[in-house]
Amino acid sequence: MTRTWVAALVPLALLAVLAGALVALDPLAPLRAGIPPVEDLAVERAVLTSEPREIRLTVVNGGPDPVTVAQVLVDEAFWPHDIEPAGPIEPLRSAAIRIPYPWVEGEPHELVLLTSTGLTVEHTIEVAVATPQPTSDTLVRLGLLGAAVGLLPVAIGLAWLPFVRRLRSEVLDALLAFSAGVLVFLALDASAEALELAADVPTAFDGVAVFGSATIVAAAALTGIGSALRRRGRGATGAPGATGATGEPGATSVAVLIALGIGLHNLGEGLAIGSAYALGELALTALLVVGFAVHNSTEGLAIATPLSRVPVRPTLLAGLALLAGGPTIGGAWLGALAFSPTLAVAFLGLGVGAIAQVVWELARLVGRRGGAGEPGVALGFAAGVAVMYLTALLVAA
Amino acid sequence: MASALAAGAVGRLGGIAPGVVAAADPHATHDATSGHGGGTVGEVDHGRNGFDPSAILEDWDLGQVSTLPGGQTLREYLIIAQDRTIEVAPGVFFEAWTYNGRVPGPTIRVREGDRVRVEFVNGGSHPHTIHFHGIHSAAMDGVPGQGAGNVAPGQSTVYEFDAFPFGCHLYHCHTSPLKRHIHKGLYGAFIIEPDPARHPDQRALAERRTLDGARAAGIRELLIVMNGFDTNVDGENEIYAANTVAFHYATHPIRIGTDDDVRLYLVNVTEFDPLNSLHLHANFFDYYDHGTTLEPTLRTIDTVAQIQAQRGILEFTYRGYEPGQYMFHAHQSEFVELGWMSFFDVVPGRTT
Repeated sequence: MTRTWVAALVPLALLAVLAGALVALDPLAPLRAGIPPVEDLAVERAVLTSEPREIRLTVVNGGPDPVTVAQVLVDEAFWPHDIEPAGPIEPLRSAAIRIPYPWVEGEPHELVLLTSTGLTVEHTIEVAVATPQPTSDTLVRLGLLGAAVGLLPVAIGLAWLPFVRRLRSEVLDALLAFSAGVLVFLALDASAEALELAADVPTAFDGVAVFGSATIVAAAALTGIGSALRRRGRGATGAPGATGATGEPGATSVAVLIALGIGLHNLGEGLAIGSAYALGELALTALLVVGFAVHNSTEGLAIATPLSRVPVRPTLLAGLALLAGGPTIGGAWLGALAFSPTLAVAFLGLGVGAIAQVVWELARLVGRRGGAGEPGVALGFAAGVAVMYLTALLVAA
Repeated sequence: MASALAAGAVGRLGGIAPGVVAAADPHATHDATSGHGGGTVGEVDHGRNGFDPSAILEDWDLGQVSTLPGGQTLREYLIIAQDRTIEVAPGVFFEAWTYNGRVPGPTIRVREGDRVRVEFVNGGSHPHTIHFHGIHSAAMDGVPGQGAGNVAPGQSTVYEFDAFPFGCHLYHCHTSPLKRHIHKGLYGAFIIEPDPARHPDQRALAERRTLDGARAAGIRELLIVMNGFDTNVDGENEIYAANTVAFHYATHPIRIGTDDDVRLYLVNVTEFDPLNSLHLHANFFDYYDHGTTLEPTLRTIDTVAQIQAQRGILEFTYRGYEPGQYMFHAHQSEFVELGWMSFFDVVPGRTT
């Protein structure tokens, strides 16, 4: 036992010695002489207030060297401001910049931070609107938005369950494939958005790595949850519900996993809606809400389909609706009040990973039901992707 | 990570070695409410810069004076090109190439007909020249390929010519790439006073344009070089200034008296923008384009435009005015907000 510990610790000790020597002796110092610092500052958040009229920025140093913000420009004019804390911003630390500025409602404003070395960090406020504050009024309004766009449509989609129950087996397989197509579209859509947002993530946090890691973590976690559900059901005999006779995840488990995956995805969707609202970029038209409703009710269908052959209690349906659609509300709150690109990329990654794992489960379910060879399955899959794409056009915000 | 290295590539272009900027924090003593006159926060350390725009207004360099055998006055100058990091706005540092460690370089002031001899030593890290706006031979023109051509680091040369014509002129580096060599700070004013003896018909006017004659006549003479700084090397100026430091004369107004006549030598060396200008508040001036005439070329105007290397003399007075702070600035509003904004602090009496 001791030998095992020693074997583990010796390399660590060597590492410590090497690190200590590098720090103490600093052999790379001659290489560094005369090389300017690497500056990498990102604006994580811009808040606009109307009483008093101010712009408040949160900046994060995502690079390896300290950065000093010397001056601030708004629309190509130097402007008096405060920085808290004053002085150089160390790597991975942040600072708050308060700029009393008479921003003009609805107009773009360009901010430039001029560092002590003369480099510039730019941030554009596309549409100047007062950032929503966490008042109860705002929370209620955002909650309603999230419910209208996420929760209710999913619940309505679940109402297709009686219809689904009446379908023949082959049609059901096609419908399961349709659900998989829906989910694949969601995953692609979320991936694209996450990778676009990844550019805004401070370099040190590496947006793409955050996305990739979140995806894998979610997929692994859901696989683990699936295994746990399987193992729990193995003890019960003859009882319907969690597992089938072979110990594979039963219909309910698949539905729960689908709902969980969709819920994580909808969290990201809520984040996007909330942040667009906070930035004044949300064209909150009736068409948008209708579009989202249709788009998301298809998700409810995807959850209902695996439940076609098992009895379900209404509480289960309600729970699934909440699990899948509820996060839209939470996401809207987060997106409007505390948005950060890093957080958004992480949540989108979680959603994608969850969906990937769920699609995998759906494929296995269809396979177990003998649907692998049916042409309806391929068609259903394609139809799922197509329907989501078309309904997304309604939501082209 | 790879992307951090890529971002670092941009950082190296305009970057300053660490340690230089460690002491500068413009926000230590100032907050958002103290931006009086200018939009920048904090104070520039003129001591560390080694020059002060308030002093540059009037530090005419008459050179080392002697007389040549024929009776001609000889003025000798030593100009050394030096790389120097300067603070152009509070907390903002710029890697400048300078003549004698200051931007703008020394204000060379001579009399019409003097022999001017400038020993130019290149103490910088790149080849440089000095090209004068004046009358001289091709060999003395300070351009690559003529005469001494580019002066390599560590080398030196002597530019020598007779000072003609009288007026407000300038000198600057003419090495390629031209934009970079001028823009990084290698420029200065070159004033040739008219010799009253050479203008017998307008002797009094010529006398007024000499240093002693101006003082005697109660004329307050000032120099402003309009310049700008592209700190992030993207081909556009982030900072505009009168005599190098953004908003300097807004936070340190130039004191003049109601009984002064003011003569302002104005030189434009702004790079990247086709035009710069000066607008005087509440008052009008007579303007001598290039300063090469004893009569104004434009009378009673309040705004004058200059292209790069254009220069002139403004003459005005606040006689009869109430004391107060009178603004003057470029009339490109963008330049105003980026540092080219100034005040005259007009007080009763004379400052000459």
